[in-house]
Amino acid sequence: MNIKKIAKNQLKNFEFNKENIELAKKIISNYPEEKQQSAVMALLYLAQRQNYNWIPLVAMKYIAKFLDMPYIKVYEVATFYSMYNLTPVGKYFFQVCTTTPCMIRGAYNLVNVCKKRISENEGEISKDGNSSWIEVECLGACVNAPMIQINENYFEDLDPEKLEKIIDQTNQNEAPKPGSYRRRINAEPENSRKTLLGNKNA
Amino acid sequence: MLEDKDRIFQNLYNDAGADINSALNRGDWKNTKDICEKGRDWIINEIKESELRGRGGAGFPTGLKWSFAPKEIGSRPHYLVINADESEPGTCKDRDILRFEPHKLIEGCLIASYAVNAHKCYIYIRGEYFNEGQKLQKAIDEAYEKNFIGKNASELGWDFDIYIHYGAGAYICGEETALLESLEGKKGLPRLKPPFPALIGLYGCPTIINNVETIAVVPTILRRGAKWFASLGREKNTGTKIYCISGNVNNPCNVEEVMGIPLKDLIETHAGGVVGGWENLKAVIPGGSSMPMLPKNICDNIKMDFDACVENKTGLGTAGIIVINKDQDIIKCMARIARFYKHESCGQCTPCREGSGWMWRMLERMAIGEATSEEVDMLMDVTKQIEGHTICAFGEGSAWPVQGLIRHFKDEIIERNKFDPVIKKSKNIPYLVDQHLLEKDNV
Repeated sequence: MNIKKIAKNQLKNFEFNKENIELAKKIISNYPEEKQQSAVMALLYLAQRQNYNWIPLVAMKYIAKFLDMPYIKVYEVATFYSMYNLTPVGKYFFQVCTTTPCMIRGAYNLVNVCKKRISENEGEISKDGNSSWIEVECLGACVNAPMIQINENYFEDLDPEKLEKIIDQTNQNEAPKPGSYRRRINAEPENSRKTLLGNKNA
Repeated sequence: MLEDKDRIFQNLYNDAGADINSALNRGDWKNTKDICEKGRDWIINEIKESELRGRGGAGFPTGLKWSFAPKEIGSRPHYLVINADESEPGTCKDRDILRFEPHKLIEGCLIASYAVNAHKCYIYIRGEYFNEGQKLQKAIDEAYEKNFIGKNASELGWDFDIYIHYGAGAYICGEETALLESLEGKKGLPRLKPPFPALIGLYGCPTIINNVETIAVVPTILRRGAKWFASLGREKNTGTKIYCISGNVNNPCNVEEVMGIPLKDLIETHAGGVVGGWENLKAVIPGGSSMPMLPKNICDNIKMDFDACVENKTGLGTAGIIVINKDQDIIKCMARIARFYKHESCGQCTPCREGSGWMWRMLERMAIGEATSEEVDMLMDVTKQIEGHTICAFGEGSAWPVQGLIRHFKDEIIERNKFDPVIKKSKNIPYLVDQHLLEKDNV
């Protein structure tokens, strides 16, 4: 169990823009009739994307009306799942995986870089207002450890120097290149590949 | 070593591209109609004969699971749900299937749905795999375009739709009933079983839930025959498996190998060996973080399949192999895993909600030597209080790895935690001081 805090400064109003209303209707049509509650997770994502990557309480109320379900049920879902940000985060949101497979390959060195370069404490927005970072549990890219997620992209096979370079780029509002940072292809064994060589050389 | 021609996932490293044309070149979607037209019973029997066991961790026979679905569609529709909520630390095989072999998964969904009478399939992907989900959606769109799925899918006279549902970062939603709750738009709290989802599942309807890898190997099994699949590995542990080798190895990687390959071969051949050599090996977690770890002397000989792992008091799980060498602090590693479980417990059952936190805090203290030697037994007792006293298997999943640590490395923990259980006032650690005894002193 972990505790999620609600932001102190809440928005007054929230409504989906036109594009998101269309998307939301399409998502609801994926589920059987009268089961529109299933769409609540997807709609929370839409709200989060529309509102600079965090969800205010008014958005939950809006979604509750949109799906004709009790507000408390939306609130429950938003607080249960860890990917819904209920407080503002940076434009570049660094999530450092520190679970054991990443930890034993040096994930805490990356945490130290984040502390030094972004903000002293996790969840704090940096002084220039551009980025924030948190520690997260396993992101499911263990053979590419240590790795971080920035917004939607994975950055794999990192070390402190490479992360510093990535932060240099985001500080200048350049999008860093996602993927492995050790010049290997995806999850292949980089020096000792012995399988499927016919396909590789084809 | 498995021959390349026997590997099911030819595009595991994305050498050829994941689009539909390269998938067709690899033989996906070939004769799908003929395979399905052999009939439901034939498909289920063939899968039973191949002895395919679920690849998501529990290893339940897939053919048997499918046969639990009602034979005819009654008043309620049937559903197929694919579990792509891959969150077990050490495991990242489904991610590569979603990215690079999506058509194997989609074709498998069609065949499995046909076999269990489901017109709709939901694929539950963990929210962090946003890009992978987009790639899968692209592949689904391609399949719709070619009419492989959709109305009258593959000219079978069978309507079939696939939808993607994103999770939002809850490990517990990998548990099948929690996944269904989450699909229904609620908190991911596991349900009591029975009733099993095969009869009462999603929206109260019959639902079959399978892992991504399980479904993705089905088309190849049916095409090449159950006998071929059963000829790999040994009885009840057949076929191939994607192993994820992470941690202190020279070349961490995903690799598809035959079931029952010796662990040492796997690490030395494919992952480039342990950092610092085989002698520098401390322990291996063989099946994702929920499975108890194995010390070096067992790792020397163990074979990687379901039954051999059970004989050694661990499990194959998802085959996410985490290698830990002697440069690491084994208690700290385990404390971090305990913190993972403390963070991810859904909070529904008290033994798990409270116990996972206790285990984490005790292990953190043991890692820095601030526990008493008696507390090792107390920790074991806590794990026994969690195990078997919870609704879902998360309780076992959090307790077993701690038991594994105590079973194999008890001496090391005691070595580090030599405090006398009675007060040592010189050590000013408040939680070690028995407050009652302090009062007596004052009297």
